[in-house]
Amino acid sequence: MDYGFTTAAYVVAAILFILSLGGLSGQESAKRAVWYGMAGMALAVVATLIGPGAGLWLLSLVLISAGGAIGYVVATRVQMTEMPQLVAAMHSLVGLAAVFVGFNADLELGRVLAMDESARAGLEGFAAVLAHKSGVEVSILRVEVFLGVFIGAVTFTGSVIAFGKLAGKVDTTAKKLPGGHMLNAGAAALSVVLGILYFNDAGIWTLVLMTLLAFFIGYHLIMGIGGADMPVVVSMLNSYSGWAAAAIGFSLGNDLLIVVGALVGSSGAILSYIMCKAMNRSFISVILGGFGGPQGAQMAVEGEQVAIDVDGVAAALNEADSIIIIPGYGMAVAQAQGAVSELTSKLRAKGKTVRFAIHPVAGRLPGHMNVLLAEARVPYDIVLEMDEINEDFPDTDVAIVIGSNDIVNPAAQDDPNSPIAGMPVLECWKAKQVFVSKRGQGTGYSGIENPLFYKENTRMFYGDAKTSISSLLPKID
Amino acid sequence: MKIGTPKEVHEGENRVAMTPESAVQLQKLGHSCAIESGAGERAGFSDAAYEAAGVEVIKTAAALWKECDIVTKVRVPTDTEVKRLREGQTLITFFNPGANEKQLKMAAEKGATVIAMEMVPRISRAQKMDALSSMANIAGYRAVIEAGNNFGRFFTGQITAAGKVPPAKVLIVGAGVAGLAAIGTSTSLGAITYAFDVRPEVAEQVESMGAQFVYLDFKEEQQDGAATGGYASVSSPEFREAQLAKFRELAPEMDIVITTALIPNREAPELWTEDMVKAMKRGSVIVDLAAEKGGNCKLTVMDERIVTENGVTIIGYTDFPSRMAAQASTLYATNIRHMLTDLTPGKDGVINHNMEDDVIRGATVTHAGAVTFPPPPPKVAAIAAQKPKEKPKELTPAEKKATELAAFRAQTKSQVTLLAVGAALLLSVGLVAPASFMQHFIVFVLAVFVGFQVIWNVSHSLHTPLMAVTNAISSIIILGALMQIGSGSFLVILLAAFAVFMAGINIFGGFLVTRRMLAMFQKS
Repeated sequence: MDYGFTTAAYVVAAILFILSLGGLSGQESAKRAVWYGMAGMALAVVATLIGPGAGLWLLSLVLISAGGAIGYVVATRVQMTEMPQLVAAMHSLVGLAAVFVGFNADLELGRVLAMDESARAGLEGFAAVLAHKSGVEVSILRVEVFLGVFIGAVTFTGSVIAFGKLAGKVDTTAKKLPGGHMLNAGAAALSVVLGILYFNDAGIWTLVLMTLLAFFIGYHLIMGIGGADMPVVVSMLNSYSGWAAAAIGFSLGNDLLIVVGALVGSSGAILSYIMCKAMNRSFISVILGGFGGPQGAQMAVEGEQVAIDVDGVAAALNEADSIIIIPGYGMAVAQAQGAVSELTSKLRAKGKTVRFAIHPVAGRLPGHMNVLLAEARVPYDIVLEMDEINEDFPDTDVAIVIGSNDIVNPAAQDDPNSPIAGMPVLECWKAKQVFVSKRGQGTGYSGIENPLFYKENTRMFYGDAKTSISSLLPKID
Repeated sequence: MKIGTPKEVHEGENRVAMTPESAVQLQKLGHSCAIESGAGERAGFSDAAYEAAGVEVIKTAAALWKECDIVTKVRVPTDTEVKRLREGQTLITFFNPGANEKQLKMAAEKGATVIAMEMVPRISRAQKMDALSSMANIAGYRAVIEAGNNFGRFFTGQITAAGKVPPAKVLIVGAGVAGLAAIGTSTSLGAITYAFDVRPEVAEQVESMGAQFVYLDFKEEQQDGAATGGYASVSSPEFREAQLAKFRELAPEMDIVITTALIPNREAPELWTEDMVKAMKRGSVIVDLAAEKGGNCKLTVMDERIVTENGVTIIGYTDFPSRMAAQASTLYATNIRHMLTDLTPGKDGVINHNMEDDVIRGATVTHAGAVTFPPPPPKVAAIAAQKPKEKPKELTPAEKKATELAAFRAQTKSQVTLLAVGAALLLSVGLVAPASFMQHFIVFVLAVFVGFQVIWNVSHSLHTPLMAVTNAISSIIILGALMQIGSGSFLVILLAAFAVFMAGINIFGGFLVTRRMLAMFQKS
C-alpha cells in the first residue's frame, strides 16, 4: 500500500503545528494560531484513518467522538482558576496513552517476530512496518519503546499527583518517603537493569515491571515538590509528555509523532527554564524539591506591620494618579480577579493610570495570572511583565499587592543570606505607598519573613482578597 | 482607667490633647474618658461633641485632676498643675525635661509617672506617637502660609493680560520634618523652592518633594545623620563659613526664607545674618521657626512680627501648631492615643507600664518616685547607617566596545562549541545506527531545533495557552494508537482503544480550552 498521501498530509500538519506555536507570540495572532493547531490535528487524524490506521476505523471514530464529547464538556465547564489542574490532568492522559501505545508496539513486535515469512507478507498497517525491520532495527525499536513507556509512565503518575496537589486533593507541602532521592535513584537504576534484560529478549515482564517502577518515580518525584514550584513541575511534565510522544514516534517510524513530540518537548523544557530563571534557582534544585537551608544568619526584620482599613486604602486610591497592582496566587485562591477588574475599570474611568505587574512565577502555572485577568476582562495591554514595569515603581503613587509574597520580597535583593537571594523580584516598595492585601500575618510558601510588610510606606490590608477589594468598590468616587 | 484632659492654661494655646474621635478609640481600649468643660472650644470641638462620643464633661480642672488616673495635655504643665499630681497618676504631655529639673523633681516626689511626648525615640515603631514630627509638620505648612500672608505677590509665576508675574523664590533652611512640610507646601503653591540641609543624605528627599537642593562646594566628610538619631549635629567652623557664603550669594534673589534649623538641646545656630537680611529685597519675608531657641536669624523677636528698615518682614511666632488648632489637636490626640495603645497591650483598660520597652522607657521621665531622665540609649538603633555607595564605574567608549566584543566572541565560541558537539554526536550516532533510524533521527533533531526557535518568541502572558495548546497537540500520540487498533490481537486492540479514547478527550479538551482562553484576551 502506498501512503504518499498520508506523508504529504503529515508534512502539512507539521507545518500547521509549528505555525500554531509560533502564532502565540502575540495575543491577536494567537487567536488564529489555535485554529491552525486544530486544522493540523484534524488533518493528521483523517490522513491516518484513511491511510495506515484504516483497520477498525469505525471503532476509532466512535472512540474519538466519545472522548471528544467528554473533552468538550470539560473544556467549557472548567473555571479559569482551575486551569493548572486541568492542564496537569490532561498531561496524565497523554502519558498513559503513550504507555499503552508502547506496550502495543511490543506486543505486535512479539507477534510479528513469531510469524514466518509468508505470513509476514500478508500483514498491513503497523505490523507491516515491523515485519520489514532487520535485527539492529528491532533492537533500536526496543530502546525506543522502552524509553517511550518509561517517560510516559513517569508523566502519568507525576501528572496525577500534580493534579491532586493543584486541586487541593493532595497535601501541597513537599513530602518524601524515607530514603528520599536515593529511592528514586534506586528505582531508576533498577529500570536500567530491566531495560538491559528487555533488550536481550527477557520478555514482556521486564517492561511491565519497569512501568511500575516508573509509576513510582513519577509519584515520588512530584510528591517531593511543593507549592510555588508548581509552575516548573507542570511545564516539566508538559515537556515529558512531548518526549514520550517523540520516543513512541521513533518506535512506530512515524515522522509526525516525532516532530510534534519534539516541539512539545522543547516547548516544555524552555518554559521550565524560564520559570527557574525567574526564581533564580537551578532546574535540578527545583526537581530535587524544597529550598536549601538558610546560608548563615538572615537579616532581622525591624519595625512592625501596620494595618489599615478600607477607608484608608480608598482615600489613598482616590488621591493617586498612577497605580500598579501585583496579583499573586492568593488572588486566584480568593477568586478575586472579578473584583480586581471592577476596581481597575472604576479607577481607569476616573482617568488614573492603572497597570498590572506580573512576575513570571506568580500563580501555579506559567502565565496563570494573565489568564485570570483576561477572564475578568482586564485588557491585556495594561498587564505588564516584570522587566517592563519594574523601573516604573518609583514614579508610582500606590502599589497594591494582592496575595503575593515571595515575588515582592526585598530580602531577595538586600539580604545575601536569604534563601531567595538573587531572585528577581518586583520592586514595589519603591512606590510611594504600598498596600498588601493578605489573609493574615503568615509567611509565604518559602516560609521567609518578608521585610516589605514592615516597611514604612507599607500598610497591611488584612482580610480575604475578594471581600477586601469588593468593599473598596463603593468607596471609590 | 479614666483618662482626662484639662483645658490648656497657657495664654494663647488653642490645642487640646483629646478629640471626640480619639476618645472613641480610647474607649475601645477599655478606658473611660473625661474632659474639662470648654477644653476643646478653641480647637473647634464643643462639649456636646465630646458628650456624643461618650466623654464625661467635668466642670473644673481641679475636679478633673482629682478624678482621672491619666491626664493628657499639650503644653508643659504649670507649677500649679504639677502640684495637683498624686501618687500613681500618669501625666502624658510635652514636658521639656531637659530644662525642667524643678518640675521633674516635684513630680517624682509626688510619686506620679510623667511621659514626655518629646522624648519618644525616633524609631520606626514609635513614629505613630512622634508628636514632635506631627507638630513640626504643621509648623512647616503654616510657616509658608504665614509667609504668603505677609508677602505682597503671588507664589506662582503667571503671564496675564495685565502683565507678567515672576514666580516667588523660596529658600528653606533645614530639611527636617518641618522643612520638608514647608517644601511641599511651597512647591504646591507654585514657588521656585530651594532647600538646604547640613545632612547631604536628605538631598534625595528634598528633590523628591520638588525642590532644588543647595549644594556647597565643600569637601569635608560630613557626619551621617544616622549617628545622631536622625537629627542634625554641630558642624565645623569651616563648614559653617562655606554655608554662610552660599547663603550670602542667595540672599538677594530670595523672596521668602524659612529657617527651621535646630540642634537638639542647644541654642539655634545663627544662619541668616544681619547682612543677609540687609541684602534682601524690600517686601521679602523671613519666617524663623527656631525663634523659641533664639532664632536662626538674630533679628527675630520671639512671638512677634517685625519689619526691618529695608522692608523685610521677620516672623518669629512660636505657636504655629496652635494657630491651626483643629488640625494640630487631631494629630496630637492621635499620637497620645497611640501611646496609650502601647501602654494598654491587653486592650482591657489596664495600664501596663513596661519599662523594658524602648519607646515607653525613653518617653518616661519620672516613674515610681524616681526621676528616670535622661533615658539609657535605646536597644534598637534608630536608623540604619547609610551604606557607602559604590559608584558604578563609568566605562569609556573603548572599554565598552571591548566588553561588547568580548561578549560577542564568547557567544560565538559557545555557539560554535555547541554546534560542533552536536554535529559530532550526530555523526557518531550515524556511524552505528541504520539508515532507517537516522532518517527519523534527523527529523527529530530538526524538530527540536525549530521548537527552540519558535518557543522563545512566545509572549510571557500566553504561557498558559501555550501549555494548553502543546498539551492538545501532544495527543498526536493518537496516531500511534490508530495504527495499532487494526491489529489482530485482542489485547492490542483493547489498549489501543483506550489510548484513542484518552487522546480524544485531550484533543478536544485542549484545543477548546485554549480557544476559550485566547478569546478572553482583549485590548482596552
